[in-house]
Amino acid sequence: MEHLDRLSTVFRGALGLAPDARVDALEYRSVPQWDSLAHMSLIAAIEEEFDVMIDTDDVLDMSSFAKAVALLEKHGAVVSG
Amino acid sequence: MPSSAAEPVEARVSLVTGSSRGIGNAVARRLALGGHTVVLHGRTYESAAAAASALTRDTGAKTDAVHGDVADPAAVADMMREIHRRHRRLDSLVVNAGIHAAAMIGMMGSETVERLFQVNAIGATHTLQSAASLLRRGVAPAVVFLSSVMATRGSTGQAVYGATKAAVLGLTRSAAKELGPAGIRVNAVAPGFVETDMLASLDEDGRAERVRATPLGRLAEPGDIAAAVAFLLSGDAGFITGQVLGVDGGVIL
Repeated sequence: MEHLDRLSTVFRGALGLAPDARVDALEYRSVPQWDSLAHMSLIAAIEEEFDVMIDTDDVLDMSSFAKAVALLEKHGAVVSG
Repeated sequence: MPSSAAEPVEARVSLVTGSSRGIGNAVARRLALGGHTVVLHGRTYESAAAAASALTRDTGAKTDAVHGDVADPAAVADMMREIHRRHRRLDSLVVNAGIHAAAMIGMMGSETVERLFQVNAIGATHTLQSAASLLRRGVAPAVVFLSSVMATRGSTGQAVYGATKAAVLGLTRSAAKELGPAGIRVNAVAPGFVETDMLASLDEDGRAERVRATPLGRLAEPGDIAAAVAFLLSGDAGFITGQVLGVDGGVIL
């Protein structure tokens, strides 16, 4: 759960969401804050927090919080509860 | 509080693509002598590793090697993953890998046209895209692209090569705008006629013609280009971004 909490915190911080905002069902462009500019900031923040490097194809594919979880699992960062 | 003079300064981690020979190798050498940890790149493992070993032997600098065809996005991604694994970040990126071919319009085969764009323009794009996240982790990160005087001035037989290098200038300017807010500077160097393998095929008349066209009366040495690249990567150029620095002996005048 700690990793999910960390990922949620990264999402809230990078997208400028309220500290108590729910992000687990969030999808790209589902809120005005998650636009293409914010997407790159979000990617950078995830890379920094979890010390991973995300390929261009995965950057394009990461279109939801759930996909971010799957992406981190692919990189070996355990995020499933 | 000013830092102590004795405080150790971590070496900049710098990748120079296409650095097994020519201008790229001169840039790598210049950066190594300036204290950078230089990651050399060649199309093959053998060429990159040999160049890195030679540079360490000659300068005592810490070097590393990656390899791959910059026209292949998967190969470029692999290179950047290796750099992430070994160094975690990039402070400097020199996008130099390129090829040259000249032919009159209507006389260049389609395979050559495509390969020129794949390496010089698309390869430069893959390199920047894949390196961006490493640069975001860098210290005072800076990028220099190698363009050419042919990008803006043009010349007979250089239409396609010049177009590929003009694409690099477009990439430079937009990248400078987009990456500036992240603190990443992006500039380009546009060499004139340089003493490299690319000019080795010229006969005496061809060389003399190019020297005559250059007000400073000689061809550039690779070291001339390396000095300009090192400047643009340095703190002395800390407020310069989106610029194209001609290193051409005045040939565009």
